[in-house]
Parts: sequence; structure tokens; C-alpha cells
Amino acid sequence: MALEKITATTGRAVPVPGDDIDTDRIIPARFMKCVTFDGLGEYMFYDVRKKEDGSDTGHNLNKKQYQGASILISGNNFGCGSSREHAPQALAKAGFKAVIAEGFADIFLGNSTQLGMPCVTLGHEDRLQLSQWVEKNPREEITIDLDTQQIRYADKSVALGIPASNRQALMEGKWDPLQELIENQEKVEVVARSLSYV
Amino acid sequence: MSKTLYQKVWDKHSVDQLSDGSTQLFIGTHLIHEVTSPQAFGMLEERGLRVKYPQRTFATVDHIVPTNEISEPYSDPLAQKMIEALRRNTEYQGITFFDTPTGKQGIVHIVGPEQGITQPGMTIACGDSHTSTHGAFGAIAFGIGTSQVRDVLATQTLKMNKLKVRRINVTGKLGPGVTAKDVILHILKELGVNGGTGYAYEYGGEVFDNFTMEERMTVCNMSIEGGARCGYINPDETTFAYLKGRPYAPQGADWDASVEEWKSLASQDDADYHDVVDFDASQISPTVTWGINPGQGIAIGEPIPQVKDLAPELQSSATEALEYMGFSQGQKLEGIPVDVVFIGSCTNGRLSDLKEAARMIQGRKVAPNVTALCVPGSQIVAKQAEEIGLDKIFTDAGFQWRQAGCSMCLAMNPDKLVGRQLCASTSNRNFKGRQGSPTGRTILMSPVMAVAAALEGKISDARKVFGQKGE
Repeated sequence: MALEKITATTGRAVPVPGDDIDTDRIIPARFMKCVTFDGLGEYMFYDVRKKEDGSDTGHNLNKKQYQGASILISGNNFGCGSSREHAPQALAKAGFKAVIAEGFADIFLGNSTQLGMPCVTLGHEDRLQLSQWVEKNPREEITIDLDTQQIRYADKSVALGIPASNRQALMEGKWDPLQELIENQEKVEVVARSLSYV
Repeated sequence: MSKTLYQKVWDKHSVDQLSDGSTQLFIGTHLIHEVTSPQAFGMLEERGLRVKYPQRTFATVDHIVPTNEISEPYSDPLAQKMIEALRRNTEYQGITFFDTPTGKQGIVHIVGPEQGITQPGMTIACGDSHTSTHGAFGAIAFGIGTSQVRDVLATQTLKMNKLKVRRINVTGKLGPGVTAKDVILHILKELGVNGGTGYAYEYGGEVFDNFTMEERMTVCNMSIEGGARCGYINPDETTFAYLKGRPYAPQGADWDASVEEWKSLASQDDADYHDVVDFDASQISPTVTWGINPGQGIAIGEPIPQVKDLAPELQSSATEALEYMGFSQGQKLEGIPVDVVFIGSCTNGRLSDLKEAARMIQGRKVAPNVTALCVPGSQIVAKQAEEIGLDKIFTDAGFQWRQAGCSMCLAMNPDKLVGRQLCASTSNRNFKGRQGSPTGRTILMSPVMAVAAALEGKISDARKVFGQKGE
């Protein structure tokens, strides 16, 4: 089954302000009592979006002008904490196709890439400027171009960061590695036999 | 320059270079639990795949198990469904499952070591970020997502990029009443919650040389809180003595051969590190968090920092934390009333943690305003604790003595904070809402400090509360 070659993503964006947004925030643990990932989109950022009485907060994610956004913009160390893939799954199921942040936690970055969801970085100033522009122009689209390694919005183009192997895997449609791992089974056997344990 | 343990273990387990330049890495030992594995088994079945090396995967159930009910079905039907899914999947695929009736169930990061499954020189993966715990044995151990759990089940390998290695030395002697938990909270405070992104942390120096395995596990456990996906300590005689005779440890002639191999894997003195950070043990105090990430810590007795004195990149998070916690800059935490005390978790739910806590309690009572829980990390820890009467010390003092599980560390079972309750907790994360109430608040600390909070009913300096005993 060939995977999509992800060379660019275009869509409207929503700023989710804050640094160190952890995966508990993205999907609270109480919503992980499930044996499939179906339906997680509904609970994405639940405690950020909902007050304890179930009514909506004033967070950007609830604002009308950002509905339909497919690119999330946040601060540094996005996705820290728990390794739960439920977090990128919830974002994807809520309609997000990519995340722009000042930095990502390693496990979240790996999990998202493996789902075909590009995570790209901007420096602090570039990220702030982009967020401010999006707040003024919420209905406008932005483009994350992995090929040229630029984020384009309005008449601007800023350089993005992405680990080389992630970029290549996304662009070549190899972001889900399972098939490649399976095809190497003979070499895997060699390593398995060489180990002194099990 | 010679190689680090990380490099040697990586080389031994490298299968191939993949098309995008990353490495296909063999995972020698795979641990699974009920929360992050069912979807992986589902994906396997969708593709008609079987588990390739079922003898290399071990399962337990920890996150969703209630700690106050034994009989099934559990009162939460979703929890029941999850434990049953794991039973079905492990049975069908021929995977060893330390299920509740075995007497060996517990938090996955406590079960692996106590069974002797965790050994030096292994690569260990688990769909759980606190897999870094197993690095205490000189293993390269890290948390993975569920699609990666699928990859390990199907191929016993992962696509990985090699990490850099930072050596963290803690030299000198820890002061009286300063524990392993304080060491890691101090390191997190100094290096930050993302200082370790892209790194493995190698801990060493006099303090780690003198630590027990359980203390080493407490430190490695929280490496991920600093952004380091794995943290490890080179194996030594302490490691070997802990492992010898455990059910899955090598036996007889294999034991001697294994010890020789393990010794050869340790980083040499002239190993090549990407960087080195030194800490002076005498500068570490009992440490507590005041904010909403584990790096927002202070020595007990110190005031919460002024936001303007923090590095610019830490200021917005600090402001957000103060607002959430209801604390002010310059405030001291000592004396703040607590509602709940939680002793347990994969960070501090081992026998030595419970023993140390119980030693402080003897003869005293939990303050009337406090709900105090002690949750052993595994059924074996519970049994050993009960054999030496710890359960009675805890219950006589007014603690609730519970059954093994993750419990209030992340509150996927019925153990949850209510409303804005403030919890003195021996767990690993003080994130907003982490302990089950969307507005609940957590202060991370050592077991001894948590006991002091329980007895005094407020955040306290254990050294003052217990005098010489606290030292």
C-alpha cells in the first residue's frame, strides 16, 4: 500500500499559545480508556476547551474564526511528557494535518511523523510573527513547504526546521516504516541470533 | 576516545540503515501494558501479521487497575474491557502476561526489574515514556508510541535516530535528608524540561556509584521529564548483586558470562560525550516543585523565583504556572496546607521508598485535613511490605493502604483529585490536570517529604519534622 508523498501542507492555522504543552493537555488520560483511536478528536485539548461545567472556554480552539484550521501553532517543547500516541491521533482526528512550534519533544515528534503529520520548527521571533499574523488573518491559508523548507504566508517566506530523515520520510511517502522494517527480516534474524539474551 | 555504553549497545542492536538515513534498531526486550497496546494489536490483525518474537515481549496491567477493588468485573466497564483485551491479545499471540491473579502484576517499570527481565546491555522499549527507568541497569530504554509498539510486535525493530549523549556527574556527598528524588528534581530544575531533547543522559559520579538500584531507578525514571528519552547508569557490582537470582536473570555458567559481557559494555573513562555537566551533591537540598512542569522546582525553604529573574524563555510558563497553582512569586511553600498525599508510582513505589516513608511515620498520625494514599508499585512490593508490617504502620497512621498500580500518578483509575485539591505527590508529573481533576494541583517531592506533608498537614521540611531520623 503506497503512502502519500507529503511535500507540502496548506491550510488555515490556529495559535495555541504556551510553552511545554504536554500530551496530557492534548489528550487527558481519562479519555484514553479505549481500545481504538476512534473518537479521540472530540476530546482533543478537552480541558483547555471546556470548563468544568462542560461549557466552552474562550480559548482560540473554540473561536469561530479558527474553525476548520488544519495547522496548529504553538510554543517551545510541544508534546512533552507522556509517550501517548493518543495525542497526535487526537489532533489528526480533530482535523489537524501539521504542527508548527518552536520545538518538539522527541517522542511526540516521532509519533506524529510516523502518522504522516509534519512537525516543523520556527525560531521564537518568526513563530511570534506568524501567530500574530494568523490572529489578524484567521481566514487566510498558510503553506508548509517541505520541499523548499519554507513556511509561506501573505507575501512572506520563512525558513522552517525539520530533521532531515523526517523530511525525507514524509516527502518520499515512507513515513510509516513498517513495510521497510518487515522487508529487512533476514538481517533482523542475524542480529537476533547474535544477542546473548532471550 | 572510546565508546559510551549507549554507542556500544546501539552498535550491537543496529540492523541496517534505512532509506531516509535513520537506523533500524533491534529491540531485545519489549514491555507492554493495557493502555498503549490494544490499538497496536488491532493494527497487526488488520494486516494479518503475527507477533514475530513473542518470547521477547512481556505484559502487565497497571494504568487502569483499581487499587481498592479486587474482584472483577471492575466497576468501570471501560477498565474491564481494557484488561480483557490484553488477556485476549497476549493469549492469542503467546506473550507472557503478569496478570492480576499471578501475584506478579504491577507497574510495568517495577515489574521488569523485579523479575530480572531488565538487564544491562539490552535495548528495551515500551509504549510508556517512563521506560527510561530501566536505564538504571545500563540498558538503552525508551518510550515509544503505539504505532511503534506495532512495529516491535511485528518485526522486533524500530526506526530510530541516534541520540547524543550527555554525561551528568554528581560528585561529593548528599546532605542529610537528601534523596534520589531530590537529585533528579534538582537536575531538572537546572537543565530544564527540554534541555535533554535529542540526548540520552548518562548519570555518573560518586552519588550514583553509592546509590542502590532503587535509587538509580528513581533518577533514570524522570530523565524524560528533562526531555531525555533515555537515561542510564553504567552497570556495576550493585547492578549485578540486584539481578542475581531473579527469575529471568541468567543462571549458572550463563550468569558469569553475562556479567563479563555487561562489564565490557560500560562507558570507559575516556568515552566520547557530546557534553558533560557537573553537579556538586552538597548543593542539593530536598526539592519540591511549585509549578506545572517538573523543572519548576525549588529547594524547600527557598522562595518561588521572581518571574523577571528567570530566563526569558521560562517566563511565560512561570506566569501560567503561578496562576494555575494560586501561588505568588517570592512565596515559600513551607506551611501551605495539602489536601492529599500520594506515595507510589514508577518513580517512588518500590519497597525502599515505602520502608523509608514508614520509618518516618512510626507512632504518628496523618493530619485530619489530609487524605493519604500509599500505593505499592507491584503485588510483590505489596507482599514484601506486608511481610514486614509496613501496611500496618501506614494504616495505623491513617494512610489508606492500596493495591498495586499507577493510581493517582495519572488517575486513569478511580484514584483522582477533586476540584482544586493540592496533592503532595511522589510521582513524576505536576502537569495541569495530571492527577485526574482538570483543576487539581500537584507538588512533586520525595517519599520522606510526602510523609512529612501528610503528618503536618502542610508542605514541610522533613529534616525539621523528623530531626535526625529525617536525615
